[in-house]
Amino acid sequence: MSTPAITVTNVIKQFGRFAALRGVTAEFTSGKFYAILGDNGAGKTTLLRALAGLAHPTQGTISILGMSPQDACCEVGYMAHPSLLYDEMSGMENLRYFAQLYGIVGDGQRNSDRCAQVVRSVGLDPELTRPVGQYSQGMLQRMSLARAILHDPKILLLDEPFSNVDIHSASEMVGLLRGMRDSGRTIFVVTHQAALLQGVANEFVWMQAGQIVSRTPDLAADLPGAGMR
Amino acid sequence: MNSLWSITLATLAKDIRLEWRSKDALNSMLFFSLLVVVIFSFSFDPLAEESRHIAGGLIWVAFLFAAVVALNQTWARELRNQVLDAYRVSPAPANALFLAKTLGNFIFVSVLETLMTPLFIVFYNLRALGPAWQLIPIALLGTWALVVNGTFFAAMSIRTRSREIMLPLLLFPISIPAVIAMVAGTTSILTGEDSAHFYIVLLLTYDVVFTTACLALFETVLQAE
Repeated sequence: MSTPAITVTNVIKQFGRFAALRGVTAEFTSGKFYAILGDNGAGKTTLLRALAGLAHPTQGTISILGMSPQDACCEVGYMAHPSLLYDEMSGMENLRYFAQLYGIVGDGQRNSDRCAQVVRSVGLDPELTRPVGQYSQGMLQRMSLARAILHDPKILLLDEPFSNVDIHSASEMVGLLRGMRDSGRTIFVVTHQAALLQGVANEFVWMQAGQIVSRTPDLAADLPGAGMR
Repeated sequence: MNSLWSITLATLAKDIRLEWRSKDALNSMLFFSLLVVVIFSFSFDPLAEESRHIAGGLIWVAFLFAAVVALNQTWARELRNQVLDAYRVSPAPANALFLAKTLGNFIFVSVLETLMTPLFIVFYNLRALGPAWQLIPIALLGTWALVVNGTFFAAMSIRTRSREIMLPLLLFPISIPAVIAMVAGTTSILTGEDSAHFYIVLLLTYDVVFTTACLALFETVLQAE
């Protein structure tokens, strides 16, 4: 029996009078790949932000590897829809800075080695000196993924990693994520391009109106939001 | 503690690098201050004696308004691409970010003051009749007073819709004791009529109180949604 990586218990998240999450309860097992699907406004991003510790539940609890999201921050990598990178700095400069935030400092060399290794792992060149602001969308998404995996987290939360990316780059990113799943990471991907994850995701989690309405091992056509595929 | 300072220094180095590349804050502050000096010098035509009485007010009001430009820029670059979220999901202490931003603003405003003070001296024909060296502690403590509160309130107002207006509304009233001490201290040194010792102590007390309060409250501000 696999241990749950994440336990969400009756989580409600309200923004003023609007409830973005309405009593979400779920368990997610370690080492699996979850695709979170649903229409716009279904609560996918809010759920991901709550798991990352960026949105505090109005009610309910979230446990990540037995800890609160804030305490588990070293075990979680978060990639948002925006890049979370400084446009004026190169990819390596960005990563070196974020590496320091995670205590990957050593003598400086260790920091640079780790950053270069991560940049290579997402298919980019560490020698690239161009500022991130001049990257193509595909490169930006890869660098954003590099930032999220920099500290070698056990859990990855990825919000729309394939948005504005051509099909070739998206397929390459899916390949990268498959490799990460195979190395034992628990991966959550919020996406509107569910078909890309067919055969990669272990479970498709469908959300509607702030609730999880179904969890299936395959993409079933009769589920709510299936038309978004 | 080591982590606090290493992350503070890393964030400070990053901010200086970003400012060096964009020069957003420094250019805006410099042009604004330059305009204030020139416009005031054309608006008033004071004698040397009168200059000593009004220069303290003019200098500090110019620096206060100019500092607001830098303070808004500080957090604006953290909002682009939501980079602040990357900091929030990391284990880095909130106060390291606050200290780095405050130190960065202190450096930027100090550079501005260093460049603009000679212009004020020339335009207003200033010569201190009191102990001029006391202007240094007043400038250092006064600048810290402006930037420590400014950085804090700029962080508070970043998520508001009209943050450019919000910052002065929050910052100026709370800065009144510091501004009074800076202006009165500077004037007393320029005129030589009074000792600035009291104002230096007042600024030091103000800095200690507000730096402590800001450090104690910053994590709440950073994690606010």
